[in-house]
Amino acid sequence: MAVDTQTVEKLAELARIAISAETIDEVSSRLGEVLQLVDQLQAVHTEGVEPMAHPLDEVQVLRADEVTEPDRREAFLALAPQSEEGLYLVPKVID
Amino acid sequence: MHQLTIAEIVRGLREKQFSSVEITRHLLNRIQQLDGNYNSFITVTGELAQAQAAAADQRLAAGDAPALCGVPIAHKDIFCTSGVRTSCGSKMLDNFTPPYDATVVEKFNSAGAVTLGKTNMDEFAMGSSNETSYYGPVKNPWNTNCVPGGSSGGSAAAVAAQLAPGATATDTGGSIRQPAALTNTTGLKPTYGRVSRWGMIAFASSLDQAGPIARNAEDCAYLLSAMAGHDEKDSTCLNRPVQDYTLNLNDSIAGLKIGVPKEYFGEGLNADTAARVQEALKAFERLGAELVEISLPHTELAVPAYYVIAPAEASANLSRFDGVRYGYRCEDPKDLRDLYMRSRGEGFGDEVQRRILVGTYALSAGYYDAYYNKAQQVRRLIKQDFVQAFEKVDVIMGPTAPNPAFGIGAKSADPVAMYLEDIYTIAANLAGLPGMSLPCGLVNKLPVGLQIIGNYLEEARMLNVAHRYQQVTDWHQQYASPASAV
Repeated sequence: MAVDTQTVEKLAELARIAISAETIDEVSSRLGEVLQLVDQLQAVHTEGVEPMAHPLDEVQVLRADEVTEPDRREAFLALAPQSEEGLYLVPKVID
Repeated sequence: MHQLTIAEIVRGLREKQFSSVEITRHLLNRIQQLDGNYNSFITVTGELAQAQAAAADQRLAAGDAPALCGVPIAHKDIFCTSGVRTSCGSKMLDNFTPPYDATVVEKFNSAGAVTLGKTNMDEFAMGSSNETSYYGPVKNPWNTNCVPGGSSGGSAAAVAAQLAPGATATDTGGSIRQPAALTNTTGLKPTYGRVSRWGMIAFASSLDQAGPIARNAEDCAYLLSAMAGHDEKDSTCLNRPVQDYTLNLNDSIAGLKIGVPKEYFGEGLNADTAARVQEALKAFERLGAELVEISLPHTELAVPAYYVIAPAEASANLSRFDGVRYGYRCEDPKDLRDLYMRSRGEGFGDEVQRRILVGTYALSAGYYDAYYNKAQQVRRLIKQDFVQAFEKVDVIMGPTAPNPAFGIGAKSADPVAMYLEDIYTIAANLAGLPGMSLPCGLVNKLPVGLQIIGNYLEEARMLNVAHRYQQVTDWHQQYASPASAV
């Protein structure tokens, strides 16, 4: 199924990825090709089939609610493009 | 020395034919001289390797060293390596130096293995040709105008060019097996959950799995024995005992029932590839195995189901790359939205962006049931096909890829044509089953891979079956005509 550029713009907004005006047509048509591929699934009878999220149907393992990780804040902050006094810096959000 | 297998290196080190420092230096020199032809490494860790080799030599001298002590290997650049850049083949992580080791890396380090470097890969593991890497395409040592396959193209090429005797890799839709097939190497994707994903940059969490690429099944057995096992830090990791995979390699396979799915020999399969695979199946008959025709009726739905599930999971996993805590940040963002939009728009390549958008679509309100939920239902049908087949047969065999290596650029303009490269490998990821590829012949001097799919947690049996074949054939010992060598 074809995807129009409006849909692509909406998806780009949801995914927070800037798509330039020059490439949006190409992106739309590529996306359309992929969605055409996956549309084959619509023809399959799946009533009563349980969706499968984990290949071996394992369940989430739990552990005791205890602190076991060391504090590595400095090491992680060092990776940030901009940080100050233990905080990550971003452009102002609230006026 | 670069022609030695891992098993031979293990023996050679213990018999003092050479030291770890010697073989490590030899391979580092070789990488420096030859990798310009292949671009299989993103980062070479020369100093680290020599330090690890020296430490390994001491451990070996003291006696009681683990099997892989002193053995040089390479790691796909998707595994976090503490203090060493880990790029995942992307501009987004070009400046990323992890402060910790992935569990897989830690296990090899504890075993005394030597890290030669980080290998090239398709960006964020999305690809089947190693053409989407920010660091440029990898060239197939068998023909440098051709792709090595992907996404673990760098690991496969490094082993094929004898720059490393073994390498770690990952497989989400075929990314270990398909490059192994295209480069005449042996690669194995374990059962989902057999190997820890901690520190392995996530693409599709219900499909990703780490595994080895090496020259033969025996070497893969050495590597897998070191990689596999429970890890508390990965809650999807299975808590089941790990065996020494080298112990059963020589078991007889007389009476083995091999399922041959009729759907794997239909349209789209290159005729010469089919012929090589049929010859391999006959070799198995001569070893005492019995071929059984089976059907996996939902085979054609594997690629469509995967291209909903994998992008959906990827869109969630890659949402962490936002220019805030690590990785690429755009210049002078004017507000938070701009920070996100441009960091991601500039940091991610086209294929990654495409898949994130597909995934976003599949998970968005109004589409979730029609796409994601539906795909998960189809996924269960695919798994059921295998469960039924394994009631009648012990292993399943067929071609790994529908064609030998193709030219660089030949499929990059057509995403769907590229996706069909994984047509035989994807189902095993969806079902969580282990699979491997091993060399079974050449077509116009390009390698062909035979795929073995095993039942859950039957890696030992698959390796045994592959090893028996490799004892009576020598496809895995062929190498591309070398460029001027050390």
